[in-house]
Amino acid sequence: MENELKLISGAMVTLSLATAAMVVVPFMQLKDVPAPEALAPYTSEQLRGRQVYIANGCIACHTQQPSITGAGRADAQRGWGRASVAADYHYDQPPLLGTMRTGPDLFNIGARQPSADWHLGHLFQPRAYVPGSNMPAYRFMFEIKDPATVGKGERVVTLPPGTVAYDKVVVAKPEALDLVAYLQGMNHTYPVLTLEQAENLTRTAAPAGADGAGKDAPNTEKAGADNAAATKP
Amino acid sequence: MNPTGLLLATFILSIVGLFAFIWSLRKGLFDAESSGARTIFSAGEIGRTEEPAASSQQHQALQQVTDRSDARSSRRQEISAAELAVRAAADRSSAFPAYLLFACAVVWLIVGSAAGLVSSLKLHWPDLLTDTAWLSFGRLRAIHLNTVAYGWAPMGLLGLAMWMLPRLLKTPLLGGRLIILGAVIWNAGLIAGLGGIAVGINAGMEWLEIPWQIGGMFAVGGMLIGLPMAFMLPKRKVHHLYVSVWYIGAALFWFPTLYLVAKIPGLHFGMEMATMNWWFGHNVLGLFFTPLSIACVYYFLPKVIGRPVQSYNLSLLGFWTLAFFYGQVGAHHLIGGPIPEWLITLSIVQSVMMIIPVVAFSLNQHLTLQGHFGALKHSPTLRFIFFGAVMYTITSLQGSMEALRSLNAVTHFTHFTVAHAHLGMYGFVSMVIFGGVYFAMPRILDTPWPKQKLIALHFWLVVAGFAVYIVTLSIGGLLQGLVLLDPARQFMDSVAVTLPWLQGRSLGGALMTLGHLCFAAHVLLITLRSGLLTQPVRTTVHSPA
Repeated sequence: MENELKLISGAMVTLSLATAAMVVVPFMQLKDVPAPEALAPYTSEQLRGRQVYIANGCIACHTQQPSITGAGRADAQRGWGRASVAADYHYDQPPLLGTMRTGPDLFNIGARQPSADWHLGHLFQPRAYVPGSNMPAYRFMFEIKDPATVGKGERVVTLPPGTVAYDKVVVAKPEALDLVAYLQGMNHTYPVLTLEQAENLTRTAAPAGADGAGKDAPNTEKAGADNAAATKP
Repeated sequence: MNPTGLLLATFILSIVGLFAFIWSLRKGLFDAESSGARTIFSAGEIGRTEEPAASSQQHQALQQVTDRSDARSSRRQEISAAELAVRAAADRSSAFPAYLLFACAVVWLIVGSAAGLVSSLKLHWPDLLTDTAWLSFGRLRAIHLNTVAYGWAPMGLLGLAMWMLPRLLKTPLLGGRLIILGAVIWNAGLIAGLGGIAVGINAGMEWLEIPWQIGGMFAVGGMLIGLPMAFMLPKRKVHHLYVSVWYIGAALFWFPTLYLVAKIPGLHFGMEMATMNWWFGHNVLGLFFTPLSIACVYYFLPKVIGRPVQSYNLSLLGFWTLAFFYGQVGAHHLIGGPIPEWLITLSIVQSVMMIIPVVAFSLNQHLTLQGHFGALKHSPTLRFIFFGAVMYTITSLQGSMEALRSLNAVTHFTHFTVAHAHLGMYGFVSMVIFGGVYFAMPRILDTPWPKQKLIALHFWLVVAGFAVYIVTLSIGGLLQGLVLLDPARQFMDSVAVTLPWLQGRSLGGALMTLGHLCFAAHVLLITLRSGLLTQPVRTTVHSPA
């Protein structure tokens, strides 16, 4: 080729096609999808915890996207919940889907494991709770103190015996408490419609069901079953 | 919004586009001669090997390999002094900017290797270094990724591109100061970004961890480094643009566009952000690292053995099919995820289509090397470049297969994907950079490499380490994937099954790191010997032979 303009414009046309397919069309297709009614916005404590999750790269080992297809075929049986839909991530900026399952999926960890004590202790020493776990210990989110020096309002973590020296206690730093609030809040066990189901519904039932009251009805049974699976410990 | 209609429209558009290009390329390019492939050789130079990294003995042996397989070379004419002077001037003009980029790349390689190795150890030794936040696994892993993705690979590749361009265009480098300024800005951004990740400032997306306030410096730095090419193209002394120039030119325009679109604050949302994330994450590999590395292979491989690319037309087909298909493959990272199904299907189709450019490239380099495989014994550059090119073929074909739903179900979410990523970013990209630096550095510093044995040691350490790394991690990943797919087995089984293989990975990583230390020490030695640090002005450059 002798013409550099043709080269560069050709290169930019191919990139525009890719951008249209993977950025622009999803933008148009998803921008009006509302949040599920049952999904609450994050509290400020949970939002801070989400930042702790991001800052410490939890995404490197944990996904937040249970599925029923492909690599997610066993997710429901493991109690990780129904397949997630786009609307579930309405308040997520950015969504933390993850691409790696060195650790389990956390999309419904709040439903599976509601105890703050468990989470705090597990963050301090994962192997005290899950033998064989290769999750890093997050010791830097805690202080090991003499019981006498614990201040008022400080959160002492209840730990299995033998985790720290008998004359010491472990106190959670604010970042650990925020992170646990975020983990406890991760509960997506409410029923939802997939994008396709919602579209079919509006197409077939548009004149009669204009009030949208019947929208949730067709999927309730299936969602209920998934719901039960999700809460199974 | 009708997805089927959209998909059909995109399909028709891309087919029309492809035909338009084929039509436009037909003019003069599909003739039997393919004289374009000779652009990188001066008159009388075909049949002459160029290998600055080889010792004089190796060089003699290398020349014999070419002489044996190429009868024409016995009637070689001398290269004119004028052409040699042009090349010497071209090399001189790019010497300092290219050296600066290489030197930074080597520093980042060492930082990246250390971060990667410690991360790897932590996966089977989870109580190691847990008292300090910045040494925790999640942060070190992000530091490893960003050091390699924004430090080592781009600086090494841009250094090679800037060093090749004056030779490819037969024009001295224009705007070298912009490259230096660009490199300074890029490095400043990287240092700030890595520091940010270490203290927990993270944008939360893979490959885009560095927040836009800092990351904008990459786009600006990348544009400044790309500008000299725009100055040189109109003033070039060659009529034809060699295939390497295509890849370099396109990549230099693609990267800033990708980065700017990905980092526009406040625009992206929810799941759209996830599709954008993988549009970027995969395109920075496919439309930046890959084309720059391929550009190096298309220059260094023919140059070392003194023989033009066998099928130049095939190389052009490879370029446009890569440009068309690679841009849309990213969503195969989201198979089974909560994104529109048509997008996943589109990406799987395009991933499989990638077989076309990959086979075009592999076939071409095989045909070019045919009869010259003995050269691998005598040329350090060729050994690295050839190893890289073979890894490109393997990793790309593997990637196409991994995108298929059946195989993806096993490999997705596992260490297999990590092994695959290293096959591409290390086996291909890094090995090509090593080879290119071995070739270019003696020309830049006008000094031969001080210790031939260090080059061999480097090669065998990284190849052995890499083999251990890839084999153990791929096996571990597959076993992990099979356990994850079996609902009858506990999740913890999938962790337990990987542990021995993760230890193997650490061993491989340690060997690779050792190899990098050899490389870095050698770069330091050649720098000291050249007197670059003590004598700022140089006048001569070796003749090409």
